[in-house]
Amino acid sequence: MTPTPEQALQIYRTMLRIRAFEEKASELFLAGRLPGFLHTYIGQEAVAAGVCVHLTREDTITSTHRGHGHAVAKGARLDMMMAELFAKQTGYCKGKGGSMHIADLDLGILGANGIVGAGIPIAAGAALTAQMQGRSAVTVAFFGDGGSNTGAFHEGLNLAAVWNLPVLFVCENNQYAESTPREVHQKVKDIATRAMAYDVPGVVVDGMDAMAVFAAASQAIQRARAGGGPTLLEAKTYRFMGHYVGDTGAAYRDQVEVERWKQRDPIPLFRRALLEERRVPAAELTGIEAEVQREIAEAVTFAEQSPEPDLEEALRDIFA
Amino acid sequence: MRKISYREALKEALREEMRRDPRVFLLGEDIAQFGGSYKVTQGLLDEFGPERVRNTPISEAAIVGAAVGAALTGMRPVAELMYVDFSGIAMDQIANQAAKNRYMFGGKARVPMVLRTQGGTGRSSGAQHAQSLEAWFIHIPGLKVVMPATPYDAKGLLKSAIRDDNPVIFIEHKLLYPETGEVPEEEYLVPLGVADVKRPGEDVTVVAHSRMVHLALRAADRLAAEGISCEVVDPRTLDPLDAPAILRSVEKTSRLVILQEAVAQCSFASEVAAVVAEEALDCLDAPIRRVTALDTPMPFSPKLERFVVPSEERLIAAVREVCA
Ligand SMILES: Cc1ncc(C[n+]2csc(CCOP(=O)(O)OP(=O)(O)O)c2C)c(N)n1
Repeated sequence: MTPTPEQALQIYRTMLRIRAFEEKASELFLAGRLPGFLHTYIGQEAVAAGVCVHLTREDTITSTHRGHGHAVAKGARLDMMMAELFAKQTGYCKGKGGSMHIADLDLGILGANGIVGAGIPIAAGAALTAQMQGRSAVTVAFFGDGGSNTGAFHEGLNLAAVWNLPVLFVCENNQYAESTPREVHQKVKDIATRAMAYDVPGVVVDGMDAMAVFAAASQAIQRARAGGGPTLLEAKTYRFMGHYVGDTGAAYRDQVEVERWKQRDPIPLFRRALLEERRVPAAELTGIEAEVQREIAEAVTFAEQSPEPDLEEALRDIFA
Repeated sequence: MRKISYREALKEALREEMRRDPRVFLLGEDIAQFGGSYKVTQGLLDEFGPERVRNTPISEAAIVGAAVGAALTGMRPVAELMYVDFSGIAMDQIANQAAKNRYMFGGKARVPMVLRTQGGTGRSSGAQHAQSLEAWFIHIPGLKVVMPATPYDAKGLLKSAIRDDNPVIFIEHKLLYPETGEVPEEEYLVPLGVADVKRPGEDVTVVAHSRMVHLALRAADRLAAEGISCEVVDPRTLDPLDAPAILRSVEKTSRLVILQEAVAQCSFASEVAAVVAEEALDCLDAPIRRVTALDTPMPFSPKLERFVVPSEERLIAAVREVCA
């Protein structure tokens, strides 16, 4: 499976939007303009973009503390995301959620999550809804290599397997859980092999290659839509920055390793493929790049000019 | 006396106890070379090695369960949960295993473990990383619950917790780590279950723990200027509670305000209020007041967070009201 020309451009645009949004957010955070903390997805864009291009509004995703990329790929508005990072009333959560809790139920974004692993069984539940209602919608659960050690991972996969739920479990193996290298926190080389324990397919894909992610996700999602049940897809990827903005990663990662992965930055990699293999005119790509930059600038202006929430907002939304 | 930070004080306690007793070891997420999210264990790996400073997977139930198992069989583990908010994931191990084993096994078992974690607000950490859940643990018989406010108490209490033969939940405050205070060079212990009068006073007793002690002390300074003398009592150990110390203070001042960062319902403040109402109602010249977080999850926005948690102003208003 290869993307159609429209899909290919959408993947490219999505990756750029994620990268530009987070580069801007990091800059603002380091300038002391955003409260709380921020985990960037920079380096992993091919995964969210290559998976979510297959999803419609009907489909749902669950995400992690590193959730900006998943939200953007599922269609979230950058201005509302930026406003949320600024803790403004116009943000996705009215300033009450912040970076780690961005959600848009209308777009099927069931929330970033501050609790590692927690989204995995929630994804099973969302997939159960689709199954019980006889719809062909699927759910994608994104989580990290670290998340695959939680009880929630094992319980969520087992449940999805025995109930044959239409869910795709996407493990973004970026090699580290906070400071802990993968080989210190798990013995399996490929997390995908854990699928065996639940008798579902386990697939490994190059997470820096958006084309490869596209193909692997396409197959698994089609299978789920057709009633074939869950798949565990492991994307081998890397986060270029520290665990959170402010962490350099220097305490636990060697710079040679970081540079080696940056050689395979998914964005230039995909851009080259578009230009050389797909013969997309360079002007078209430059046009997208300029649009994205404009969109980021507008998002920041929107966020800056938005009001802060009123104090009463603190006591709203506790119960329906 | 020398001054060191709360973070350093905790680290000294761990280091001294690990040197003193080879059975003491640490386990938790990112605690080894990274030194933990709040850098309390930084440097301990160099001295004690990876056997005794153990990085774990993100597996909260396994971390606490392994601590229970090691404690039952002769070790003295100090487990770390990165945030108290994650204790729910490990709650079976905490509530049904750690807290119950000795009792259920007819007093034949010991579970000498410490579960270090941190809680509280003040960093826009949002609703899943800024809770004050001490009441969950206080409610479970078989657990001790400690919440130090100063570097001195942090060190002395942590050493006592490690030497205690029971499971101790030790909750630090995320805003206190850089705060400095006097800590002696020579070894000392702060016993569990003993309150501390952080400031003597005549007119009203303010019971506060963890970060709220500092807020109470600042408010007491301001109130002193208007002629109201506050006695600030820090229980330090919330369970077992040093009720006599609180009752002694209330008998002296005849008024009680309880300050905490957690919400009011079924909380530590409710417990203190109940104890005083049961034991010392006759001494009271005014109704008991609780100053707590508003009844809502913790918002991300710094402005809303400040609004939700108790402020000096809210405490001062409550004190003025009971003293009126
Ligand atoms: C249950 C739980 N435990 C610990 C944490 C603290 N924490 C946040 S992110 C993280 C590392 C997650 O690693 P991984 O799942 O590999 O995702 P990545 O950060 O690499 O995207 C940890 C330990 C948490 N948020 N929730």
